[in-house]
Amino acid sequence: MSDSHTNGHSHGPRTFEVRILRQDSPDGPSYWERHRVEHEADMNVTSVLQRIAARAETIDGKKVAPVAYDANCLEEVCGSCTMVINGRVRQACSALVDKLLADRPDEIELQPMSKFPVLRDLCVNRRRLFRALEKLHAWIPVDGYYAMGPGPRQSEEQQELAYPLSQCMSCGCCLDACPQYGKIEVVRREGETDQQFAARENAIYDLNFVGAHSISQVIYYNANPTGKLNAGERLDALIAPGGIQVCGNAQNCVAVCPKEIPLTTSIGRAGRETTKRAFTKWFDR
Amino acid sequence: MANQKVMIVGGGLAGLSAAMKLAELGVHVDLMSLTPVKRSHSVCAQGGINSVNEVTRQQGDSEFLHLDDTVYGGDFLQHQPPVKEMTDWAPKIIDLMDRLGVPFNRTPEGFRDQRRFGGTLFKRTAFAGATTGQQLLYALDDQVRRWSTEGKIRLFEAWDYLGPVLDDHGACRGIVGQDLVTMEIRAFPADAVVVASGGCGLIYGRSTMSMVCTGGAASRTFQAGAKYANAEFIQVHPTAIPGADKLRLMSESARGEGGRVWVPRKPQDPRPAADVPENERYYFLEERYPKYGNLVPRDIATREIFNVCTDEGLSVEKDRLCVYLDLTHIPRHTLDIKLGGILEIYEKFQGVDPREVPMKIFPAVHYSMGGLWVDYERSASGGLVAGSPKNQQTNIPNLYAIGECDYQYHGANRLGANSLLSCIFSGLIVAPAVANLLKGSKGTATGQPSSLFETARTEHQAAHDRLLRRPAGGENPYLLHQELGQVMTKSATVVRHNKALGEAFEKVGQLAERAERCSLSDTGNWTNQNVVFTKALKDMFPLAKAIVLGALQRDECRGAHFKPEFTIPGVDATDPAERRRLAEAWCDRFEANTQKWLKSTIATLNEGEVALSYEDVDTSLIPPRPRLYGLVGAELIEEVWKGRQAAKAITPPAGKNPSAKPAPKPAAVH
Ligand SMILES: Cc1cc2nc3c(=O)[nH]c(=O)nc-3n(C[C@H](O)[C@H](O)[C@H](O)COP(=O)(O)OP(=O)(O)OC[C@H]3O[C@@H](n4cnc5c(N)ncnc54)[C@H](O)[C@@H]3O)c2cc1C
Ligand code: SF4
Ligand code: SF4
Ligand code: FES
Repeated sequence: MSDSHTNGHSHGPRTFEVRILRQDSPDGPSYWERHRVEHEADMNVTSVLQRIAARAETIDGKKVAPVAYDANCLEEVCGSCTMVINGRVRQACSALVDKLLADRPDEIELQPMSKFPVLRDLCVNRRRLFRALEKLHAWIPVDGYYAMGPGPRQSEEQQELAYPLSQCMSCGCCLDACPQYGKIEVVRREGETDQQFAARENAIYDLNFVGAHSISQVIYYNANPTGKLNAGERLDALIAPGGIQVCGNAQNCVAVCPKEIPLTTSIGRAGRETTKRAFTKWFDR
Repeated sequence: MANQKVMIVGGGLAGLSAAMKLAELGVHVDLMSLTPVKRSHSVCAQGGINSVNEVTRQQGDSEFLHLDDTVYGGDFLQHQPPVKEMTDWAPKIIDLMDRLGVPFNRTPEGFRDQRRFGGTLFKRTAFAGATTGQQLLYALDDQVRRWSTEGKIRLFEAWDYLGPVLDDHGACRGIVGQDLVTMEIRAFPADAVVVASGGCGLIYGRSTMSMVCTGGAASRTFQAGAKYANAEFIQVHPTAIPGADKLRLMSESARGEGGRVWVPRKPQDPRPAADVPENERYYFLEERYPKYGNLVPRDIATREIFNVCTDEGLSVEKDRLCVYLDLTHIPRHTLDIKLGGILEIYEKFQGVDPREVPMKIFPAVHYSMGGLWVDYERSASGGLVAGSPKNQQTNIPNLYAIGECDYQYHGANRLGANSLLSCIFSGLIVAPAVANLLKGSKGTATGQPSSLFETARTEHQAAHDRLLRRPAGGENPYLLHQELGQVMTKSATVVRHNKALGEAFEKVGQLAERAERCSLSDTGNWTNQNVVFTKALKDMFPLAKAIVLGALQRDECRGAHFKPEFTIPGVDATDPAERRRLAEAWCDRFEANTQKWLKSTIATLNEGEVALSYEDVDTSLIPPRPRLYGLVGAELIEEVWKGRQAAKAITPPAGKNPSAKPAPKPAAVH
């Protein structure tokens, strides 16, 4: 059945080159490696990595371990497969080979994200990104999960404003592109337990910039009729060190977000609301 | 009891809803997942989630009709009490998800909007744009994050479940898992284990499913002695977009919002779609199924699209089988609001705007109705006993299964937008089941002898080390996977023939043997994706065998399982008496077939080989009736059938409960 899908016509070159920045372990050196891949119809970068894994051989015929990479949904909705492709941070699954080759005919270049610690090859550790959501209380604090009727009524307009923000898939593109978001690599100490290490890591993350994605999430939860009830809590967390004040308004984030989330609009709103919050708190003292 | 804890394997909708509910009940939860839970496959679900609602209710709908549509759509192969309980809960589940912040689409007055999905005549489906699964998952992920900051849930993300730990009595006492980064193998004691690991589409190579949907976790549980039921029932979705790595789904909501399926009447008409005049277009679903039109149940839509392309030779393209799915008659703005997300997927991956040009689509493997066998306790009113530790428990004590990896809710065919419901539902009900199990159990898993866990851990470690040490030059796991996918796709999808299935069974056996001779291209112990994939591949074979053998032995047509040799032909005579006779004969055959085949297929492993047995299905609420969609002479057959049912109601057969009529909706218990 699906066999029929592979019979599509393929235009373009028969093979192409892929240059990959590899790294065997977090503390190992990085190095470039070249692979040759046969062109197929409807290829994306993830399928290129699948072919490379199956061959596990460089362009010079050297046997190598498959290139490690993350991917899951393959339709740009899970946020797994972020990497730097031809110099731009984006999702590998929605990076179509024909388009990439049209822009740069000779080769495709792949690198891991630059702001997160490399685990191996194209796999990075993005725990910091999820930690920011914890710090900012990115959830609706419902009373519990027993049946208590529907949620509050909401206008179509409210839904249409909230929905785009709700599509943030925590891919981290906006963070990788942000000049204010620095790379932090916390190294485990000898004898440290899982819990001790996680606690120390969280403390360090919490002092550093939370990033555009989580600022936008604060706006999302604060706009929800129930989420509004503890909006102040989230705004406070956004004023704390590593909060919104770190943003330099470079607007790189919004340019790279694959979900086209209006990040700068969110940041603008968050700026106004945190200022208001700071004032009222100052006057209430 | 203090120190008790539960291990949940999988953080999709099912695993997360179980985790949050258990945390609310005060039970400590560990949750293990291959991917960060927010990246689970459930994010892919586009269309929506079903429940009766205030509007449909006033149009004559009820929980009972939702139950009826579900079991009718599933060709009566599912036990009815769990489905009844699920459809009774459905409105409350949507309400809960609404409270958790899911941005459901709204009506102008501010109520939740609803759309219609296949297999029903009511607009029962709530949706959040075209990313309902993503939104539902995120709302649950939020709650789990909230509990985890309080230390009530511990997440083990980027871990691979290798199998359960069973004690001498065969009861589950925990699991063994492997860290995907460090490759550390560790045993986790647990007083109950809940497997929520999703579907197994990757057994077919490419499908609409995500990369982690290998079925590995379910297979490992099966290999440990759990029963696996109805494996052969694999849903092929009628509308998917071809791709080199994946067959991307085009949601049923495209048809729900008015999308029309057609092919040019002239085979491979070279004109662009827009230039084909209306009278030269063949809207084959609308013509053949005037009542349901483009929204016939999935198995039927799939078969019709498949046939139109293969048997009738009307595929739009010659080299690549496909039909048109056309939305171009719907205003752009409406499409953007209601279907934005899925249309973007098409545009993004095909480079064509589906608002301007009809999409080209073809069926693809999509969902596994079968899965780990689980139990339930039936209540007097025909639903479930709330909080019974039996609910969702496998045949291995203390081991539960929920979500797509169980077999409980969808019978021979799943209705659109019912899966998100069954995942959340099974997650929510497994929590009190497990909590009550723990209350009744003496001792804790951590109190078990440490040798139990150490032995299990060492066995997995040894298997892992053996795999890494395999000599070079053996089989390539990625290529074997492709071969397996081709065999499975050819033999066990839309149309099934015994000859092909028999050959496929042998072929799968040979591939399984070859898989034992895999060589790894990465023999290190750091983020070794090669060895993780090879393990998952090896574990595909027991399930692949169960699927093919189940299909081979089931000599009938039911839901997604279609064998042309065993169809019961319709009534095509013209003479009235002859027609009557044929209709009577049809009903006789149908009844005989029901007697013989209305049974769950139960697979077990016997010394590594799959063995099948069959189990009766509880159809006490709604007696099975024929699915007559589009059959020649359907009206007459239905008339004869109804006559027989009426006669039976007057003279009930001995020992059978004549009041098979549903009890009125019971008062809500939760
Ligand atoms: C493209 C698409 C669209 C769909 N649209 C709809 C729809 O509109 N409506 C509807 O009702 N249904 C829909 N479905 C079906 C529905 O999405 C799935 O059935 C459902 O999301 C499954 O949820 P789950 O919780 O059972 O598993 P999943 O969401 O698949 O989660 C499985 C979890 O288990 C983990 N896991 C798996 N194996 C292991 C292992 N070995 N070790 C550790 N962890 C493991 C994974 O990491 C993941 O966290 C759709 C399906 C697809 C493919
Ligand atoms: S606007 Fe702020 S968050 Fe966005 S890239 Fe610039 S500094 Fe970073
Ligand atoms: S805001 Fe956009 S770029 Fe940033 S994490 Fe979310 S989806 Fe990715
Ligand atoms: S694989 Fe999910 S976003 Fe690319």
